[in-house]
Amino acid sequence: MTDPTTYLSHLELGEPDKTFLDSNELIINMGPQHPATHGVLRVILKLDGEKVLGTECVIGYLHRGVEKIAENRTYTMFNPYVDRMDYVAAVSNGLGYCEAVEKLLNIEAPPRAKYIRVILTELNRVASHQLWLGTHALDIGAMTPLFYTFRDREEILKIFEKYCGARLTTHAFRIGGCQYETYEGFERDVIKFLDFVPPRIDEYEELLTTNRIWVERTRNVGKISADDCKALGVTGPVLRASGVKWDIRKALPYAAYPEFDFEIPIGANGDTYDRYMVRMQEMRQSLRIVRQAVERIPEGPIMAKVPKVMKPPVGEIYHSIEAPKGELGYFIVSDGSTQPYRVRVRPPSFVNLQALDIMVRGQLVADVIAVIGTLDIVLGEVDR
Amino acid sequence: MLDYITSYLGMNTTPGQAGNVLWALIYILIVFAGVSVAVMAMNWLERKALAHFQIRLGPMRVGPHGLLQPIADAVKLLTKEDIIPDEADRLVFWIAPLIILCASFTVYIVIPFGPTHAVTDLNIGILFMLGVSSLSVLGVVMAGWASNSHYPLIGSLRSSAQMISYEVAMGMAVVSAILMTSLNKSGTGTLSMIGIVEAQQQQQIWFLFKFFPLGFIAFAVFAIAMVAETNRAPFDLPEAESELTAGFHTEYSGLRWSLFMLGEYAAMIAVSSIAVTLWLGGWLRPFPNTLTGPAWDLVFSLFPGFTFLGLALIAFIGVIRMPKHPYFRIQTMGLAGFAAVLGLIGLILFIPPVRDRIQDIFWFTAKVGVFMYLYIWYRATFPRYRFDQLMKVGWKVLLPIAIGVLILTAILGVVL
Amino acid sequence: MPEETKSPTPPPKSGEPKPPAGQPNPGSVQSTPAHKPPEKPAAPAKPAGPAPVPWQSPLVSKLKAQYGSGVRESNTYLGQNYLVLDPSITNEVLQILRDEEQFEYCVDVTAVHYPQREKPFDLIWILYSFAHNERLRVKTMLADGESIASSVPIWVTANWLEREVFDMFGIKFDGHPDLKRILLPDGWKGYPLRKDYGIIQQDHEWVQINLGIESGQ
Repeated sequence: MTDPTTYLSHLELGEPDKTFLDSNELIINMGPQHPATHGVLRVILKLDGEKVLGTECVIGYLHRGVEKIAENRTYTMFNPYVDRMDYVAAVSNGLGYCEAVEKLLNIEAPPRAKYIRVILTELNRVASHQLWLGTHALDIGAMTPLFYTFRDREEILKIFEKYCGARLTTHAFRIGGCQYETYEGFERDVIKFLDFVPPRIDEYEELLTTNRIWVERTRNVGKISADDCKALGVTGPVLRASGVKWDIRKALPYAAYPEFDFEIPIGANGDTYDRYMVRMQEMRQSLRIVRQAVERIPEGPIMAKVPKVMKPPVGEIYHSIEAPKGELGYFIVSDGSTQPYRVRVRPPSFVNLQALDIMVRGQLVADVIAVIGTLDIVLGEVDR
Repeated sequence: MLDYITSYLGMNTTPGQAGNVLWALIYILIVFAGVSVAVMAMNWLERKALAHFQIRLGPMRVGPHGLLQPIADAVKLLTKEDIIPDEADRLVFWIAPLIILCASFTVYIVIPFGPTHAVTDLNIGILFMLGVSSLSVLGVVMAGWASNSHYPLIGSLRSSAQMISYEVAMGMAVVSAILMTSLNKSGTGTLSMIGIVEAQQQQQIWFLFKFFPLGFIAFAVFAIAMVAETNRAPFDLPEAESELTAGFHTEYSGLRWSLFMLGEYAAMIAVSSIAVTLWLGGWLRPFPNTLTGPAWDLVFSLFPGFTFLGLALIAFIGVIRMPKHPYFRIQTMGLAGFAAVLGLIGLILFIPPVRDRIQDIFWFTAKVGVFMYLYIWYRATFPRYRFDQLMKVGWKVLLPIAIGVLILTAILGVVL
Repeated sequence: MPEETKSPTPPPKSGEPKPPAGQPNPGSVQSTPAHKPPEKPAAPAKPAGPAPVPWQSPLVSKLKAQYGSGVRESNTYLGQNYLVLDPSITNEVLQILRDEEQFEYCVDVTAVHYPQREKPFDLIWILYSFAHNERLRVKTMLADGESIASSVPIWVTANWLEREVFDMFGIKFDGHPDLKRILLPDGWKGYPLRKDYGIIQQDHEWVQINLGIESGQ
């Protein structure tokens, strides 16, 4: 267990090591522009030869002041902004925000809206994991899975486009339900997707899971124990790969999740390979949820009775959902007016990125890239 | 003049051995031109094949199906600005790619395309090849050093460490193949490339299948080591873009960078030729001993012609599938012309005098072509090895296996 | 390049925060702003919204027994429990919560700025316990310039979270290993999420200083 107070003191350049090989430490910068840092992330590495002694992340290159913007917009006006934080899984962001505001207003979305929300969110989870897999494999050197996952992700984006007009930053949900009714042929498209994708996931696994080079690059790389995860606040597939069976969809359910039957995959070692397996299994479980939802989707209204001008009563609320990257939380403070007084977004990638230092200590430089990829960070969410 | 040429065609030694400087020069020019064309073709094939592995099309616009893309790339690289870093050591910076290029191209003088079709037949042929191709390590280190930037330096040191490690395993595998050459009736082995293939011919077995599975394991060790030797995937950490360094050729731009690429492809073809010569029977046609007789000879001699006709057919199908739009007229005509040229070559290869002479060259080139495709296949499929794992594979896995195979081959050779 | 451009000084404290956006008149769709709306019966009283409800639990009793008045409030609002504590005892209570009550996961550390209050800053910890599957908010009120003990010794995750609170609000944490700005460039002046930090003013100043023209906002 790391000592929290001396957590970052390792980055002080001490005396050069005057023992046997008289090797000095080298400080190397993986600059903001780098093909493998998934956005504008700067990592300062302190190396001894190839071994990493410590890292420091410099973030904030994508800081857009979303929380300050929220204080100057009404609740509905702020809805499109949340998509742009984790732009890969925009639907999840929207879900979290809409549900948080609905809690503040003490209204509940109708069942049909909840089912539509679950379907789109789980499809987005699959899309996010596919993107993660393609980029992670590319960082490690396998360039082909990238193209396969992006091609299959296209099907999901086509469904989103037919539903709400946008592929990536969808703004799919509204406070109180969904704005758009499912289009003609929605169920048929989703079921076609559900039949089309599982063999594709098997294809990705065939390329990577038993590939000796992949296993050697990911086994025992970036190990983090369950206790460290909990102390660092790391959630999502990283936590589950370390052996903690915790998923907000089961622990503190929201939307229509209590009605579906799915499992939570966990790993044993907490290394990169386990995180890979956990996310692959999560994709399959998401497809399972979508199949149940599409088969049982109820009829009814899609929008609850929401006042035209939303003025939630004075108070505050914290609501979180299981985004593809971890626990995405919204802490909203209302002062009774139409604009939120404070919106705080608890980004999973921000908190997960803190764990980078612990995970790469003592490993080699090439592993830093693998670990950044396996943490699945999106800088839009880290910096907001 | 014609008599001179025909009299030469009846010779039974290589020009180098015969001391015929003129023909040696002509052979050198032919080989050099051939390798250059092969490198360009390899560039095209890599982009196309890699794209098809990744479910996309690759270059399609420059020529029909991108056939003129290598020329466009060459022109682009030639016209790029030549940037030399400020504090770089100018002389070393300038020489480094030349060393790699010379090392890679010099080995072609001993590569045997046929029993008399080599520039020369040194009696230490294989030793020469291994030795000269090792000189490219020097060029790599010089390139990294002269760039005056720590990323290329780290990349070049890694690359050179990788290359020299895998040369040891390569050498052991090669030695076990050489041992097999001494198992013929005269009891003497040979290091000359043509001699090795003739030994396979005399012993009536490709060394790949000799003392099965020993020959096969030695071949496998060499095949893996040669991929690492040329810094190709999955051993391409020194030149990967998504790692920390972009390798020793980071600071090179334009023509100098293209010299590196040229050297790399030439080295790939060179080491594949070694593999083909040592284990796969060089220029011998498949089944030279089990399917003998003039009938089978005739059948196998029709292969080159049919191969080119097949390629012409594929190109022709491509012509038919071209979109029928005025903008595509030039491309369609170009592809049709290309198909026609291929078909013509195929027909020429049916003519008996040409047919007999082209056999050896064709089979050799076909086998090397298979290796080139394998290189591209590896690049598309495998992730990259981390550097310490790469060194571990080279020293702890390949080398013991190679030594083991060597010992077993020696024992079996004496015993049997 | 943040080092080259000069960041403008934060705008002077401008007094009251922006008034909330326009309130619609209940029931007066037809009224025009020109003349006085006619007398109409008073709008029906809105049903009382949810209000914070006192929260009874063994945890609260234990803390109240130990700290008495240090625990100012312990309520539940919309089903979410929260405690409001005195700044002096906050660190000890957080330690107790982690060690004894098994709130081992610090979900978030954040702050809210209420400029009119006597103690303007609301510092909030959101905690979660895996064992009890329970979430808890711990709040404390701080004055401007007052600093509080860092919770990094308790949860390592508070490292970046507190840095962000410092970056956005200017609240200092004693004992934090590396308290510096995280999202904004190092030389930034001002604390953006405070209510007296105006964005438009900021934009005008930056454009004037660095580009020499008038911003069109």
